Order: sequence, then structure tokens, then C-alpha cells
Amino acid sequence: MKHEETKGRRISLEEVNRIAELARLSPSEDEREQLAAKMSSVIDFVEQLNELDTTSIEPLHHVLDLHSVLRDDVVRPSLPVSEVMKNAPQKKGDYFIVPRVIKGAET
Amino acid sequence: MSDYAVTIGLEVHAQLLTNTKMFCGCKASYGAAHNSLTCPVCMGLPGALPMPNRRAIEMAVKVGLATGSTITRATKFDRKNYFYPDLPKGYQISQFDKPICAGGSMEIRGLFGVKRVGITRIHLEEDAGKSQHGDDDGTLIDLNRCGVPLIEIVSEPDMSSPEEAYAYLMEIRRLVRWLEVCDGNLEEGSLRCDANISVAPEGERGVPVEIKNLNSFHGVEKAIRYEIERQSEVVRNGGKISRMTLLWDSDKGETRVMRTKEAAHDYRYFPEPDLVELSISDQMMAEAHEASPEYPWVRRERYVGIGVKPDDADVLTAEKEFGEYFEEVFAGCNNEAPRAVRWVIGEALRWRKELGGGERFVVSAYATAEVAGLEASGKISGLAAKTVYEEMARTGRSDPAMIVKEKGLEQVSDTGALEAVITKIIEDNPKEVERYRGGDMKLKGFFVGQVMKAMGGKADPKATGEILGRLLG
Ligand SMILES: [Zn+2]
Repeated sequence: MKHEETKGRRISLEEVNRIAELARLSPSEDEREQLAAKMSSVIDFVEQLNELDTTSIEPLHHVLDLHSVLRDDVVRPSLPVSEVMKNAPQKKGDYFIVPRVIKGAET
Repeated sequence: MSDYAVTIGLEVHAQLLTNTKMFCGCKASYGAAHNSLTCPVCMGLPGALPMPNRRAIEMAVKVGLATGSTITRATKFDRKNYFYPDLPKGYQISQFDKPICAGGSMEIRGLFGVKRVGITRIHLEEDAGKSQHGDDDGTLIDLNRCGVPLIEIVSEPDMSSPEEAYAYLMEIRRLVRWLEVCDGNLEEGSLRCDANISVAPEGERGVPVEIKNLNSFHGVEKAIRYEIERQSEVVRNGGKISRMTLLWDSDKGETRVMRTKEAAHDYRYFPEPDLVELSISDQMMAEAHEASPEYPWVRRERYVGIGVKPDDADVLTAEKEFGEYFEEVFAGCNNEAPRAVRWVIGEALRWRKELGGGERFVVSAYATAEVAGLEASGKISGLAAKTVYEEMARTGRSDPAMIVKEKGLEQVSDTGALEAVITKIIEDNPKEVERYRGGDMKLKGFFVGQVMKAMGGKADPKATGEILGRLLG
């Protein structure tokens, strides 16, 4: 596929809107246009990898030559609640408080 | 209940009974002060690195082996991305395309017969925290549960009635308890169930609707029944079932819409870059085999093989502990299955229910076997044995022989003493003796009754019968 043909069209505005929604971001109209173009060029760049023949290559999930680094099931001290709460913009007793979530309205 | 083809699949989450969380050393327990069991890893603070809990992996492998699943020897973790305040990282570490177990099955039984339900996959993941709604200031968040290990057991859509779904869930519960990987408490959320249900005219493909929040066994059955009715009604009226997620409201006994297809999730799974691949070693496989107990269905067959009736074998394998108890009593009963079954089901389990809150045996298996032995040898009557048993259950005593002595419950099998009593009875009842000798054999019962009366119920029935037979001739 030729670069010029697809430029700016790999990612549509609708896709940008959808991604923004999922990421809880609200870019302006201008920014959406820019994002569509930029994200498309990123995809174009990565697309070059498709020129390689990878038919006989196993997918690699991690670049480190390590596997199965596990931990024994032994309790380690947690943080003191006072420390934990230092991160809380709002708290009530030992609870964090977040803007009200309607029960079950998971999004 | 429905004229249409009903298809049900269940997704069951089971909280694993590990000491610590899935990816950090925080204690995995309940009832601690809010947010006191948290650390940079489970709160998702930047830079914190997760490390998987070996025990949780072993537990998942055990469940995989028990369900005949294939263990994925080269497995990995993935990120499932979504925003919710009880998930501070903004993603849950789960497994996407390489679940630790795949392709198993479970046999379920009920009035519908025997059926095998496929298990698509079992994967490991971390739990979210707890949100408490309804406070005036906002939603309250406690992250103690955040990061606790879960397995999600996903069934094939092989069930076709609420009864089957109920039986399947009970079977999962029995298994995870049996393997000691989860306490199986649905009400407290250590076992959670979502159902996918579709209803369609025979031969057509239905659209699955998901129901969440099924937090009791009967709730599962009721919610599924309700949903089948609702979808059947839509289909009957020529309508179309739309894909959506419903919440079961157990107070109102109805489902309500949680989200529709338009708002469908896109979890954007990708390999968890903070974790390396996980390979299940031969050693780990061998250890999981080693640590696996005799499975309930294997034990059931073994019990039937030693002369336990199938229904009784079901009762004795409802909990692993019952079988262990039964086997001790069985050994103490000279391996007489019917006697051991009678004592365990008729007495031990009955008193467990009545006085042990259904959670503990109130008389030890050893003491139960001892009473059964006293009865078997003829030292005490069956009635006396029950009296002794009740005394033990109510007082916590475990010395049946002493109770027999104290209450004077020994049977008299001393032939000399019995003969004297019987001789006297024969002298006192000449008319009955005459009729008996004349052929009215029914009167044997009258004489036994007289002997029992004279002996305060403690005459050994076998010896009594023999002496009566001899003296009445
Ligand atoms: Zn932690």
C-alpha cells in the first residue's frame, strides 16, 4: 500500500471520537483533526512491518528473555492507612471519596 | 416453560483462598479496616511492579486438572482497560488469548438427568475494590479487595434450563470448595455468577443477553427463569431480542437494563508489559496433581461400589468432610456400608444440621463409630443407641460406654436371668401359652412384649427370641 494514498485516512474522525471517549478525553475539534492525522501517520509507520515475512516467527509478548518470575504467597506489610490517604483528594474516614457513581452504571 | 430453544452459559468468578493478593504481598482478607490492606502495586501507583502469586497459579491449575481442561503451558497476562473508581490502575490484569486452562467440562445431575457442560476456559485475574453507593458525599471506595486473585470459569452455552444452570453452579461450588481454592460463598461475593441467556425459535440463533449481579443460588435460578420468560414473550410477539447487559434486582425479582449494545465495552486488551510470560513447569504440573484430592465424582462411584445407595452416595459427597467422616465410621462398623450410612446420614448429619448450624459435626466420627459398634454387638438396643447419641450430641460428651452405664441401657443377654423372667411369664399366662401351643403363632409378639416390659426394654431381642422359642416349644 502506498503511503500517499492512505495518509490521513487510516484513522477516521469517528475512530478518534471513540478512542477519546474510551480514554475519557475531550479534545477540541481542531485537536481531533490533528489527532486523526497524527495517529494515521503512526499507523502508517508501523505498517512498514507488514513488509516483512513473519509467517514462521512466533509472536513475542515480551522483549525480556525471562519467564515465570513468581512470588511466594507470603504476606508483606501494607502501607499505613495514613500514608495511603495522602493520595486522596477527598476522603471520609478511611474511605476514598469519588464523585457519585450510579450503582451498576459501569461504563 | 418455553416453547423456544433456550441456551444458557455461565461465567463464574471464584475468589482464591490465598494468603496474599494476586500481584503484591498485601493480605487478601476481609473485615480489615478500610484501605488498610493496600500498597503501591494494588493501588496502581506509578512505577509499582506486579509479581504473580505462585499459589494462585497452582490453584488455577488444580481447578483446570479437575475439570479435565488443557493447561496452557505457555500462558501470559493481559490488560483489560476500563475506567471505574474501584479499579485505580484504569485496567485490570487478566488473561485474554492464552487463558491458563481451556477446553474442560463438568458433569451435572438433577431431575433433568445427567449432562456434561463444557468449560470453555478458566483464566486468572485480579479483583477490583469495593464501592459503596448511597452516601451523601459521594461514592466511598475501599481498595482492600483490589488485587485479590480470582479465577473466572467460563462455560459453554450448554445449559437449557434454570435447573441445569443451578446444578452447574452448585457443582462449581462443590468443586472449588473440595479443592480448597475458594470458600464458595455466593452471598458474600467470594463466588459470583453472570449468565448469558438466549431464546430463539427452534433452529434459529438467538442473541445472548447477559445478566449480572446474581448473588444467590436461588437468585440465579429465578433471574434466568425471568429472563427466559421475558425473551420468549418478545419472540412470541414477533419482536427482536437486542444485545444488552441486564442487572438482576433480587428485591423486585426482575431484571433491568445496565447497558445496551451502543454503549458496549471495548476493553482494548493488550499483553501486560509489566509481566513476563508464564510457563507452567512440569514440576508445577506434578505438584498440582499431587495436591489434588480424590474428586467428588470418583468418590461417589467408589462409595456405590462398596454398597452405598447412589442417593446416599450423593449426600456423602456433598462436602469433602462428609466423606472423610463417613469413612472413619465405616471402618468402625466393620465395613458394613448400610450401618455406617444409617449412622452418618441418619444421626451425625442430622445433629450437625440441628445443633451444629450445618457447619460442624457435633459428635466425632470416632464416637459415632463406637455407638454403632455397641449397637452392632447387641450390647445396647437400636433405641438405646439413639438415646446415647442424642446425649452426646447435646452435651458434647464422647464416652458412649459410660453413658450406657450411667443410664443403665445395657441389654440383658445373660441367658440365666432371661430364663428366670421368661419362666415366670409362662407361668403367669397359661391361657396365652395354650393358644400359642395350639398354633396361634402371633402370640409370640405378646410374649416378647411381656419380657421387654419386665426387663425395662433392655432384654436382648435375639436371646429373648431363642429362649422363648425353646421354653414355649
Ligand atoms: Zn498491595
